[in-house]
Amino acid sequence: MATENPNAIVERRLGNLSNPMRAARITFFVLALLASVGTQAAPPRAEVMHWWTAGGESAAVRALADAYRAAGGVWVDTAVAGSEQARAVAVSRIVGGQPPTAALFNTSKQFLDLIDGELLGTVDAVAARDGWDRTLPEPILATIRVRGHYYAAPVSIHMPTWIWYSKAAFRKAGVTSEPATIPELFAAFDRLKAAGLIPLAHGGQPWQENILFRAMLANVGGRDLYLKVLRDRDPRAIQSEAFKNVLLTFKRLKAYVDVGAPGRNWNDATALLITGKAGVQIMGDWVKAEFAVARQLPERDYGCIAGLSPQAPYIVQGDAFVFPKSSNRDVVAAQQLLAHVVTSPAAQVAFSKQKGSIPIGKGFDSATLDACTRKGLALMADPTRVVGNDENYLIPDQNGALSDILTTYWNRTLAVEAVQKLIAVALTR
Amino acid sequence: MRGRLLNFRRISVYVALLPMAITACAVYLGTTLWSLRVSFSSSRTFPTDNFVGFAQYARLFTDDRWLLSLTNLAIYGTLVIVVCLALGFWLAALIDAQARGEGVLRSVFLYPYAMSFVATGVVWQWLLNPSLGIQEAAHRLGFEQVQFDWIVDPDKVIYAVAIAAIWQSCGLVTVIMLAGLRGIDPEIWKAARVDGIPAWRVYVSIVRPMLAHSFATATILLLTAVVKLYDVVVAMTQGGPGTASEVPAKYIMDHLFGRANIALASAGSIVLLLTVGILLAPALYLRRYATRLAAR
Repeated sequence: MATENPNAIVERRLGNLSNPMRAARITFFVLALLASVGTQAAPPRAEVMHWWTAGGESAAVRALADAYRAAGGVWVDTAVAGSEQARAVAVSRIVGGQPPTAALFNTSKQFLDLIDGELLGTVDAVAARDGWDRTLPEPILATIRVRGHYYAAPVSIHMPTWIWYSKAAFRKAGVTSEPATIPELFAAFDRLKAAGLIPLAHGGQPWQENILFRAMLANVGGRDLYLKVLRDRDPRAIQSEAFKNVLLTFKRLKAYVDVGAPGRNWNDATALLITGKAGVQIMGDWVKAEFAVARQLPERDYGCIAGLSPQAPYIVQGDAFVFPKSSNRDVVAAQQLLAHVVTSPAAQVAFSKQKGSIPIGKGFDSATLDACTRKGLALMADPTRVVGNDENYLIPDQNGALSDILTTYWNRTLAVEAVQKLIAVALTR
Repeated sequence: MRGRLLNFRRISVYVALLPMAITACAVYLGTTLWSLRVSFSSSRTFPTDNFVGFAQYARLFTDDRWLLSLTNLAIYGTLVIVVCLALGFWLAALIDAQARGEGVLRSVFLYPYAMSFVATGVVWQWLLNPSLGIQEAAHRLGFEQVQFDWIVDPDKVIYAVAIAAIWQSCGLVTVIMLAGLRGIDPEIWKAARVDGIPAWRVYVSIVRPMLAHSFATATILLLTAVVKLYDVVVAMTQGGPGTASEVPAKYIMDHLFGRANIALASAGSIVLLLTVGILLAPALYLRRYATRLAAR
């Protein structure tokens, strides 16, 4: 037994590994090293899917990415052209188990099936901390809050049924004052027509016809009828005389549209206003980007009317990020940070200026926003005037069926009673 | 020895075909069965196992847009196939009769087929638009009475779409027919000349039946193009004005993604598949018949 135990040699060189104190110290050191590497190499990393690829839109999304980076995150941009395609890709990736960190949807029932399938995570903590209940308009809240949980972070508010008019065309036609009622609007149309101009610049695509319909439902029908038809899907309201009048007024607009309208894009219709060939366009506030590109200014070159009666409802629609469910703590942290950053006032103002939308929430500086946006903000402050867009109340299938009926009614000769019956069937399905 | 060699050859043929057979069974048949299953359920964004029988089919056949889509497809299909075959044969006969400039003409006729319709469809949309295209040009030249507004007329828009599609596919048919005409024995022409038969009569009564094989091939190619009709409509009219130029493939695509109703979309695609089967069976039979005729 003169030879030394080999274990003893190792023990002398490295220290006794079975010594609990020493082992703990080494473990601690290694873990600390790993943790420091971890925090250095992996700040919150968010892959964000969206469809904002047009000039103004990509500038707007860059504003959000910059804000996220300033908050210490890493923004990985995954843009897919076309909103429908982008959502289809997002849904496929979520179902396939390779979801992005966040995906853009309209603030609507588009992501309701994802919530029901328990595929989305919540951002309840951010909503509570940032006080979303106090700062967000009711229709937006009602869409993102399902059974008491918050499933999406809203990023923009648009109003789809603004009435825009070209000041040059109005001057040429001798329309001296801004129309304030429906009869005044039609009187202006008649004068524009008599002056040889296109009274209503329209793009003959189903979604644009849908916008005309909603504008008439809001302005002719009023808030109660609007909510009864689109939110409650009340068959009695749909069969009522008041709704029949809405449909007839909608169809009456057709007489003021030019023959080249079918298939025209919305921005080509806006171009007719910019060049003074047409008088009025009914469209969302994204048209401001087109006027801006043509160096036209609100109140100087063009006017904007939010509603044709003091109580006309102000329709809000928008976009929101949803957060696919993840068990990875880093991903959840990145999602929470993203939800907080994109809804923060500074990021919202920077984003909205590029996008043409109205900033989400309260507590931002509105002085730098344009005249039409400020008009919209003032109206939105009155909660009794704010209503949701059709997609806030209808699932995509019902909304699509309604759109088919409206575009057929606009383009064909159909009895209004038959249209009422078709709408009642489509919405109660 | 010889028998074993044959056997080996036959086995290697089957082995070579195996990947394709597996793909066909798993991908085509598998997904078709999957669609069939989904079409009997109440699925929306995701497939579910809540089966509702023929409810989606019932909705499909009470939906005016779907019925209009089928009617449009029938009108469009008949027009495109008949006109393309007639025009293609006529153009091929013209080229065949005078060999000069054949290369140039063949390129000219085949050129539309080589271009993406998503691009040319937009050009057609402009050409046919009454306030931009042909009609406006004629008006500016002083022909005020010219009226060509089919693309904005709900009753005529499907014919405008068909015109553009005929322009695109006609060249392909011409080339197929030309290849067929080149295979005709020159002795037949000499014999016909000796008998003093006029050229058009030779084409219609002698050459045309001999080209049955070419006709069947062209018909099948056109038929598949008709059934999957989607890009032409999306590029030219987006289904408008209103729903006047809607087609089944677009109905299916709209409901598959935008409207998040995969059950209804699946029901639509199953109906479309059955329609294709019913239409394609006679064409395939015709081709087999032509082969047998040629072999005799």
